[in-house]
Amino acid sequence: MLTVSALTRKEIAARLAGPGLYLRTGPFTNCIRSDSRFLLDGICQMYGAYAIDESGFADFHLNLHRATGWRRWIRPQVRFDNDGEAPFEPMPANHAFPMLEWMLNWCVSGSANSYLIIHAAVVEKNGRAMVLPAPPGSGKSTLCAALASRGWRLLSDELTLIGLDNHLITPLARPVSLKNASIPVMKAYAPDAQFTVPARDTSKGTVAHLKASDDSVARSAEAARVAWVVFPRYRAGAPLALVPIPPARAFMRVAENAFNYSLTGARGFQALGGVIDGCSSYDFTYSNLDEAIALFDGMAGAPQ
Amino acid sequence: MTPSLLLAALREPASVRQLTLAQWDVLLRQAASAKLMACLVCLFDDAGLTGGLPAPVRAHVEWTRVLMTRHAGAVRFEILRIQAALAGLGLPVMLLKGAAYSAMGLAPARGRLFSDIDVMVPKAHLADAEAALMLHGWVSQSHDEYDQRYYRQWMHEIPPMQHTRRQSVIDVHHAILPETARVRPDPAKLRAAAIAVPGMPGMQTLAPADMVLHSAVHLFYDGEFDNGLRDLVDLHRLLTQFGAAPGFWESLPARAFEMELARPLLYALRYCQQLLGTLVPDAAFTALAPAAPNRFLMRLMDALLMRGLQPAHASCGDRWSGIARASLYIRGNWLRMPPLLLVKHLFHKAFISKKTTSG
Repeated sequence: MLTVSALTRKEIAARLAGPGLYLRTGPFTNCIRSDSRFLLDGICQMYGAYAIDESGFADFHLNLHRATGWRRWIRPQVRFDNDGEAPFEPMPANHAFPMLEWMLNWCVSGSANSYLIIHAAVVEKNGRAMVLPAPPGSGKSTLCAALASRGWRLLSDELTLIGLDNHLITPLARPVSLKNASIPVMKAYAPDAQFTVPARDTSKGTVAHLKASDDSVARSAEAARVAWVVFPRYRAGAPLALVPIPPARAFMRVAENAFNYSLTGARGFQALGGVIDGCSSYDFTYSNLDEAIALFDGMAGAPQ
Repeated sequence: MTPSLLLAALREPASVRQLTLAQWDVLLRQAASAKLMACLVCLFDDAGLTGGLPAPVRAHVEWTRVLMTRHAGAVRFEILRIQAALAGLGLPVMLLKGAAYSAMGLAPARGRLFSDIDVMVPKAHLADAEAALMLHGWVSQSHDEYDQRYYRQWMHEIPPMQHTRRQSVIDVHHAILPETARVRPDPAKLRAAAIAVPGMPGMQTLAPADMVLHSAVHLFYDGEFDNGLRDLVDLHRLLTQFGAAPGFWESLPARAFEMELARPLLYALRYCQQLLGTLVPDAAFTALAPAAPNRFLMRLMDALLMRGLQPAHASCGDRWSGIARASLYIRGNWLRMPPLLLVKHLFHKAFISKKTTSG
């Protein structure tokens, strides 16, 4: 199997500029074309362990090219188009890699309807998955990154894919997106991990990505069953608190975070019902990452 | 120009058995850009091909199937809501295009995903219908003064209305062509021949021949060819289904002349036959011969439409495609408005509307 790291930087650049880099992420193949060196940097840093598909088929076709015209000399920009359709405004050129990550998410959440897609992080240990749905700013990505750096397998940082037929989580392990204050926090917490150069002044503030572990990437075909749904909330100085939520309430709160709950209709309802019936749900408040991880490690128990 | 993989698959679904994964990649992208993926799924199902498709392709089929299931339920629900909203007026409410195919269970309804519901009411009752829809939650989408005037003064429909909670969009028409168009088929004649929708009191659709004519007008009098191939597939399926009934092919050209729509019908039959292999009796072309354009114009239309009716995807174009689409856009508007009005309208669209929408 050919991986990105088997290619030289020059070879990767040639694919991006020419026929496209057919990058495998979870169950998807993405054909990426770009002439942006910022994007090339990000791919080389974050995607070394990922497979390259050589069948010539891709699920998504993402083009991120430098904008032309006089502006390129003063305020260089990068434009995205989805196989010819340009649904978004251009962004500053040095935001190319975060833009790629957002567009990869956008492609999945807008079309992969054989999954109920939840806006949530999801990690796994000892065969048990923990879903962390939450609005931005709740500390979801920080908690997810911390767990992933302490032995939990990263299944996804943004998109939890629940199979409509088997109710299992299909992994989509990609770089974890960190914002603002959580970037220095994670750099201190996981000093050996790899980070991208932070992109400043994006619509979400400063953004940097943390590389997913090789183990998470290698085990992308291993689906997992949900054991817990945890709604995290970071609050400075707060004591650790894990408060159970009744299943019906948990169901509604997860559904609110789904991209395609109404689209998937009865099948989405059944799948989410299956997940909630088979797991326990909690509201979780934390201020200290080590305490949080010790608690979850205890819940994950011994290998099954 | 090389024929697109999509046209080949539409004409002969079994031909996809020979495709490599790289060709599938192109076919699915062409289908997505032409909004015909769901249509392909139905063709594969009918031909018993779905089980034998390569796994990555089957995944896209399943993604699309979720949309198709959701769409079928949503359309029926919306039509019933519209029926309930307008029931008090005691008007004949005519469903057009996608909503009509769906309500009558016609062939083009299968695998046709659309977002707007089109209805037609008598012009004298337009304001009543609009008020009733507003009471039931639909509001006019356009807040631009120019757009409002453009629709209300010159067009055959009022600005699209969107439901505030469900986001569904309804287009309310009073005719099938704009007030300013070169020809204006009489809506009263269309209503006189209309057919009641079984199980939906007060709702009706156009008669088969009129349905074909409306679809042809919609395609060949419109400037936007983004959905051109999809509309041609509608026509192909309508003609195939209605064409099986005795007398249809004799009455269709006669009705076209009566409604002054023989030219667009001729184009519809010609390009359905050429691009999709629709079976059209020679007698229909003979009957329409008096409406044919001169040889020069016909060759020009062939050159434009053979490009304009391809999927709007980079893999289907040649160096003339851009010019062809631009020419068709101007032609479509030319047929809908007198020259001076057209120039004013295109000027407004190009320099004034653009600024306000992007600002």
